[in-house]
Formats: sequence, C-alpha cells, structure tokens
Amino acid sequence: MARKLPAKDVVIVGLGWTGAILAHELAQEGLDIVAIERGPWRDTATDFSPAYAQDELRYRIRHELFLRPAQTSLTFRNNRSQTALPVREWGAFMLGNGVGGGGLHWNAETWRFLPSDFSLRSHLTQRYGAGAIPDDMTIQDWGVTYDELEPHYDKFEYLCGTSGTAGNLKGVIQSGGNPFEGPRGRPYPTPAQKQGYGHALFGKGAAELGYKPFPQPSGNLSQAYTNPLGVEMGPCTYCGFCEWFGCANYSKASPQTTILPVLLRHKNFTARTECEVTKILLDKEGRHATGVTFVDTSGTEWEQPAELVILSAFQLFNVQLLLLSGVGKRYDPLTGEGQIGRNFSHQTVSTAYGFFDNKKFNFNPFAASGAIGMCVDEFNGDNFDHGGKGFVGGGYLGQVQTNGRPIETTALPKGTPLWGLKWKEAMRDNYLSTINAGSACHGSCYSYKTNHLDLDPTYVDRFGRPLVRMTMDFHDNELKMSAYLTDRYAEILKAMGAREVVKKPRKGPYDVTDYQTSHLCGGAIMGTSPQNSALNRYLQSWDVPNLFVQGATAFPQNAGYNPTDTVGALAYWSAQAIRSQYLKHPGPLVDA
Amino acid sequence: MRRGLALFAVLALGTASAYAGDAQDFAKIERGRYLAVAGDCAGCHDAPGGGDPMAGGMKIETPFGTVTASNITPYKDSGIGAWTDDEFVRAVSEGIRRDGAHLFPAMPYPYYTKVSRDDLLTIRAYLSTVPVAQHTVGGDDLPFPLDVRAGMAAWNKVNFTAGPFKPDPNQSAERNRGAYLVEGLGHCGACHTPKGPAGGDKTSEAYQGGALQGWFAPEIGNGTPRGLGTWSADEIVAYLKTGHNKFTAAAGPMADVVDRSTSRMTDGDLRAIATYLKTLKGSGNETPKPVAASDKAMKQGAAIFGDECAACHTGHGTGSPRLFPSLAGSSSVQSTDPTSLIRIVLNGTRSVGTEKAPTSPAMPGFGRLLNDGEAAAVLTYIRNTWGNAAPAVNPDQVHDVRKSLTHHNG
Repeated sequence: MARKLPAKDVVIVGLGWTGAILAHELAQEGLDIVAIERGPWRDTATDFSPAYAQDELRYRIRHELFLRPAQTSLTFRNNRSQTALPVREWGAFMLGNGVGGGGLHWNAETWRFLPSDFSLRSHLTQRYGAGAIPDDMTIQDWGVTYDELEPHYDKFEYLCGTSGTAGNLKGVIQSGGNPFEGPRGRPYPTPAQKQGYGHALFGKGAAELGYKPFPQPSGNLSQAYTNPLGVEMGPCTYCGFCEWFGCANYSKASPQTTILPVLLRHKNFTARTECEVTKILLDKEGRHATGVTFVDTSGTEWEQPAELVILSAFQLFNVQLLLLSGVGKRYDPLTGEGQIGRNFSHQTVSTAYGFFDNKKFNFNPFAASGAIGMCVDEFNGDNFDHGGKGFVGGGYLGQVQTNGRPIETTALPKGTPLWGLKWKEAMRDNYLSTINAGSACHGSCYSYKTNHLDLDPTYVDRFGRPLVRMTMDFHDNELKMSAYLTDRYAEILKAMGAREVVKKPRKGPYDVTDYQTSHLCGGAIMGTSPQNSALNRYLQSWDVPNLFVQGATAFPQNAGYNPTDTVGALAYWSAQAIRSQYLKHPGPLVDA
Repeated sequence: MRRGLALFAVLALGTASAYAGDAQDFAKIERGRYLAVAGDCAGCHDAPGGGDPMAGGMKIETPFGTVTASNITPYKDSGIGAWTDDEFVRAVSEGIRRDGAHLFPAMPYPYYTKVSRDDLLTIRAYLSTVPVAQHTVGGDDLPFPLDVRAGMAAWNKVNFTAGPFKPDPNQSAERNRGAYLVEGLGHCGACHTPKGPAGGDKTSEAYQGGALQGWFAPEIGNGTPRGLGTWSADEIVAYLKTGHNKFTAAAGPMADVVDRSTSRMTDGDLRAIATYLKTLKGSGNETPKPVAASDKAMKQGAAIFGDECAACHTGHGTGSPRLFPSLAGSSSVQSTDPTSLIRIVLNGTRSVGTEKAPTSPAMPGFGRLLNDGEAAAVLTYIRNTWGNAAPAVNPDQVHDVRKSLTHHNG
C-alpha cells in the first residue's frame, strides 16, 4: 500500500528537456510542482569536470549516463510471428537516465521540421495522389502547423542559444542558410559554428554538384551566450566529446545549462531524483488522473496526488506508463483500433565512408562538435519530386562527423583485417584522411500498421510490471529511400576527391543491436480527433484531460531531422495552452 | 505544521517581548529586515543547513577556535526576547551580553559599534518578528584561556574603539553612506583587513586583504594590481549585486555574503559602497618583477595550463564573461597571499548563483591530478603570464593548504 504524500498542483514524470520546460513555465504561474525523475541528479558543476569529462571508455563504451538494462528494458521482435525477447544491451538507440535525460547526452543538432512535414498525408495526397502512399503506411497530419509552432521553435532556440545561419527569414531566402526551411521570425541567436576541413570540403563538393550547403544548426555554441532566463553559456571548444557525454564547458545546450539554474530558484518547485513512477492513478471512471505512484531507492512506494499530471519521460516509457495505467485504449494492429502504442517509429540512418589520399588530405577529425558539419537539404521530406522514385520521405545529407575518438571512430577500407599489424597500418594511414559521419543520411521513418508498442506477455521489470514490447521492421519505402540518399551522399564524397567510397545504405530487417539514433517516436500521437490520435493538438490526452504527454511520443511519424527542436517547440506550445487556457478552465481544450 | 506552531509562538510570546517599539510599525520592520540583510546577520545566525532564521547554532571558525552563533529570535529563555532595547544595543555595539559577560569578536561588534542606535533598534524591530526558535544552542570550542570571556575586556582595551560612525562633512553623501555601510553594518574589514596576533584589525592596513577559514579575502581598496583599481564602480556594483562581473565571480565565504546580503541590497547602497571603496588607497602600486617565462616552473606550468585550464579560461587567460573568470589582470590571481588560489586549484569551488546571475558555474578540483609541485607550477604560471606579476608559489605552500583542506573540507 503506497504511503500518501501531501497533494501537489502538478506532478511531472521525468526531468529532461520537456519536464524542465513545463516545470519552469508552470512555476511562473505559482503552482506547487514536483518533478519525479528515475535517475540521479546530474549537474555540470558536480558531474562533468573538464578533468575527466572526455573519457571515452567511461561514457561511450560503458554507458555511464544511461539506464542499466537491470533497471528496466524492453522486448523486441520484428513482427507478430516472432517471440519478442528482452534487450540486454542497448544498441539501436540509447535510453537516458537521470536529470537532463536525452537533453544531457545528445549531440545538440537543433533542426526544425519542414512545414509540409506537419501536414504530411494531406500534402503527399495533394501532390502525388492517394495512391502514392502505401496501404499499410499510417502517416497522418499532426493537427498543428509549422506556422503555429514557429514562435515556440524560436523560444526553444533562444533558450539554447542555437548557432546557425538562417535560410529563410520571414519568407525571404538567405544565402548561406537552408533555403528549404520554413520561414523564421528572426535569425539564430548565435552565428554558425566554425567548420573543420572535412566539413568545409563537403560544402564545396556539394556546391559543385549544384546543391546549396549550409552549416548544421548546433546547440554547441559558437560563442558565449546569455539566454533570456539570464543563464550563461560558454563557447564550444570543439573537443569532440558531445554525444553520450555531458559537456564540462557549459557549451552544449541542456536543461542543466539553460533552465535548471533558474528553475531551482523557484521555491514552489521540488525535484525528487532516483524515484521511479510506477503508475498514473485514475479515478473510477478512468477519465481523471488523481496523481501517480512512485518507488524510492529504499523500495518504499509513495502516492503523489496532483491536480495535473505531465508525462515527460522518454518516449518508450511514456507509452509504457499509459499502457500500464489504463489511459485510453490499447492499439490493436489487427483491427487498427485503439491509440496507445500506435504509429511507433524510429529513423532510417545510413552513411558512406570516404577514404582520401593521406598525402593530400588531413581532416584532423578529433577537432569537432556534436552538431558541427555542412549539410544539404535537397533530398529531405518533399523538397524533391518523388514522382517515379518508388518511395516517399527523405533526409538531410551532411558531413556531420562529430569526433575522432580513438575507440569508436575507426572506419577502415574494405579488406582491412580486424586486428594485427595490417590493421595498425591501415589505422595510421586512414585516421586523418577519412570522412566517417555516422548519421550522414538522416532519413525519415514513416509509420505503419504493424510497427507498434504494447506490453510484453512474459517479461517483467524489477517491480513485476510488464516490459514494453517493440514490434518494428523496416518497410520497402524506407529501404528504397535510404539507398537513394546514400547514392547521393556517395556522389558528394566523390566530388570532394575521395579515392574510395564505401556505401552503407540501411538494410532490413530492423536491427535492435545496430546504433542509428535515439530518436524513437510515436506510440501516443497527437492529431485532430480521438479516432486518429491519443492526444489533441496541445498534447492533452483525449481520454484524461488533466494529463498532458510531452515529447516525441506525440510525433505521428518521424521526419528526416533530429527531433529535439520540435520536441522543445511542442513543449512550449503545450505549456502556453496550459497557462493561457487550461488553468483558467480545466477540461478538454479541444472538443472531441 | 511546524510553521503554524512557530507562528503561534510569535503571537503568544511576541506581545510579551521586552522590545519597546510598535509591533505594528510594518515600515520600520521592513527597514529593519533590510538593515539585517545589509549586516548579514543571517550569515552567522541562521540555523545551519538552511534551518530556521536567526535560530543560531552555526559554528563560526576563528583562528583561536570555534564560536557558536547564538539564538537571536525573540525566544525569552535563550533568545533575545527578554532583552531590553538598551541591552540589545549594548550587545551589538559594545559586545557585552545581557548578563554582563563579554561576547567574542566573532560577533563583529567592533564594526557594528559604528551603526547608529536608531538603525540598531530598527533591526531589533525586525528581529522581534522572526519566528521564535525554542532551543538553546551548544557552547563554543575555544581552548583555555581563550574561553574566558572576561579576557575580552583586556582585548577590547587594545583592539576596540566604541562609538558610532561620524560622517565626513567634506565628502559626498554617497561616499559617507558607503563608508557607513562598509565600516559598520557590512563589517567588510572583518575579513578584508589583516589581523594582528590577537585577532584585532591592523588598522594601518585596512582592507588590504586578510586570511581566514582557509581562504584569503583579497584587498578591496582602489590599488592595482592587487586591489579593485581596474574595476569601475559599475563593475563593483555588478559583483556585489550578481556575484559576477566581467572579471571574476564570488566564491568561498564571499559567495555566502553575496547570496545572503549584497545581492539583496538596493542599487543605491551598492553604488555608495563602490564609491567609498574607490576612494580607499591600496597597498601600493609596486609590481613585483614577473617570474621569467624561461623558468622551469613556468614552462611546466604552461604545459599543465594548456592541458587542464585553457578549455575554460582560454589560452589567453581571458575566460568568458560572467562564466569563467579572467585570470589575466585579475587582482586576486596576483594577490600576495595565494591561499585561495591554491585551495581552488586543489578542491575546486562553485561561484554563487543569484537572481540576476543564476548560472552558478563551478571549477572542478585538480587536487587528484596535480601533485604539489605541479599545482605550484601552474599557479606560478598564471600569476606571471599575460602581464600578471606575483611571487612564485612554492610546493610547500601547496602542501600546507592541501593538508589544511582535510580539515576545512571544501
């Protein structure tokens, strides 16, 4: 029996980007807020010292910042004919643990989605006809438009101090930026990062092929910055230890470096770390959340009553909590009915290696940042004519090599042995003269009837709760797209002067052991009605109006960009609706 | 529930307090709260660990032993609820307790004596309103004979001059206000003025920097390179208000002072303080000859600096405004006594977070990575590069601070 705590106005489940944003926005309303976070407290001052932050073995190989599979895991299968088995070592994606969540260990690539991404099904149907969309593809419109989100993208980017070159200011195309992006209200808060030789050479090669290259928008800052909350950030030192690491220089945008110093000054905000929320509590009718239960490190279970519940954990665990708590109706892939677990998706990432003559090319790959790089967007979303291509979707292409870390970044030419003298010689000869960007072709992954999440019938976590079960495979559309993008990327590497190009297009089946990105999405998507979505356009549950579900959980499908900027924009959009509408009249913000 | 009880106690006991003023004079009480902030009463008298206001119990480390801050809530038993106004004023401005015993000068009465009686009674009005803390704090930990309070009478004869601040009619009102705050309520000299063997101020060297609690409180007169000569009045105000300015950040005991006191003072008072400090002459402008770049320690220090320090402080020692302090031209980097510098390199430190500058960035400790010789070398390097000049730090000094840190622990 859970011990009951005094009631709060708001309980926030998970203190990453969206939890911190919602907490800070609602704290300004004077509400009494508690955030409950499964992992430990983490802060730059106490956890990320320049004396040891760049420890590849500790952070990259031994996963210091991540959840341990012993804490909880998921089960995986490609399709219904298989029996899902537990994932015992993270592979295709990484699961953050602790304050800051994914916002702490990310690379800080800060992209906006295209305007057409938000109305995907309508847009594709209008341009190519309904027949261009495969029958089992369940893509749909978001229920929110780019124009509505623009001010919130802006707010998140100014919070982060994002470094970039605008490509479209109020409809006027700007040279040097991404000409395909939606219109921005104002320039990026800080100029683009400097580019290394390999990154700049990619820009040159792409321009020679007629593309319009631009610097990747980066949350690793080109210069010192004071954000609108008064929090100071430092200039990035290009140390090349961003993704899966904490930044010791206050240079990478994270909840720690942008919001938490201000949030913690609010006396009406409390954070409980190392406490795992086990359930959202509902009233008898299942239409009103009364709070949550959580378990602390001693194993004691507590009930935290609250008027408003904000679910802001990682995508998988948001969906798991909804399923375990009986919010809404579980998705059934056979009938297509139910919304919880539906339209789960990930990303379709591929690359090509470029090996260059080491007497002519020295890329110094170790001087880099998580979001450095030159990109082209000609092949993203619907920026190009898909007629006759046999697929829809796309992605940005970029020389976005983030590091030259010795253990991990070791692309070697075909035929090199995996150890011994020949390996060492090949390493020596190629380390400085190879282009090796992990997510060079950052492809979209659209949603399908069969790809979904539900609860595993066999395997349970340490509290005896069913693990979330992932049923996921690539479809022809994504594999064709990946081959196409990889070919275009290889052409640019050739234009740069590579002597050898090795293409690595994404191949099926979906492999849960091979790292792509941590951009899982969907499972409780936003939309225009309870018949096509779990959440309304303000991320409010259709079924339980005092529950809001944040994050990429709400994406109906994944676009060809990194998700964080959109996740941040949606959080501010949702927070504004709560502040300006919900708090005045608690109840559904959209009529069902 | 606890707050409710405390409030009840105020209502029940407050009316019976010996405080003679009007308990409903809220303007005066608010003024008293502000003056208590300017005097940083909370810095010592709040219960430790963010406990009850003015409830006492904090251990104050002095060169002679540990003194425990008293309960100054209106508790009639062991607080000051039963004290008359005259008894209160005598305690604060003369260091004599209600029972006639002497206070130790950890209570900065040698400075508070300069505060007007009117201001003291205004503070008293405020203290009469804080929740009663019904507890008695523990005793002091001073070795004999220093624990004999009667001995303070002799100490006072040598080290203490009673009497309120007298404004100088030839100076501006702003400078006089600044002097009143710095010398009186602010008790800045308690840390920043060097002390003689008995712990009294060396008045001839006022505000030229003093050692305390394992830190060195730097010179705050208008000198260069060791004082605030290079800071404008605006930069002094920014430092006191936010804990940060373009040169440096408040850390160590000063972080606490900024947090509880100066960041909560009015801009007018901070400007007055800055005006006054800018008129204090420093310890002189003579600059030692910098240690030659060819010196062995300097070369070693340069290499260590490049590896461990330059990522934040930059290769030019300029840092990043309000985030990473500038080492180039820094008065505290060039201070005569390198205790604070050694301590920060070994243990790290966290700067203060304030309403206006919430970031609160920290420097990590390098005591695990650098031995005494290496820490001395990198400090010698930063004290003698980019135009800086200060005596070399020797490994023995690092050794001594390292040893003392096991005692101070942070």
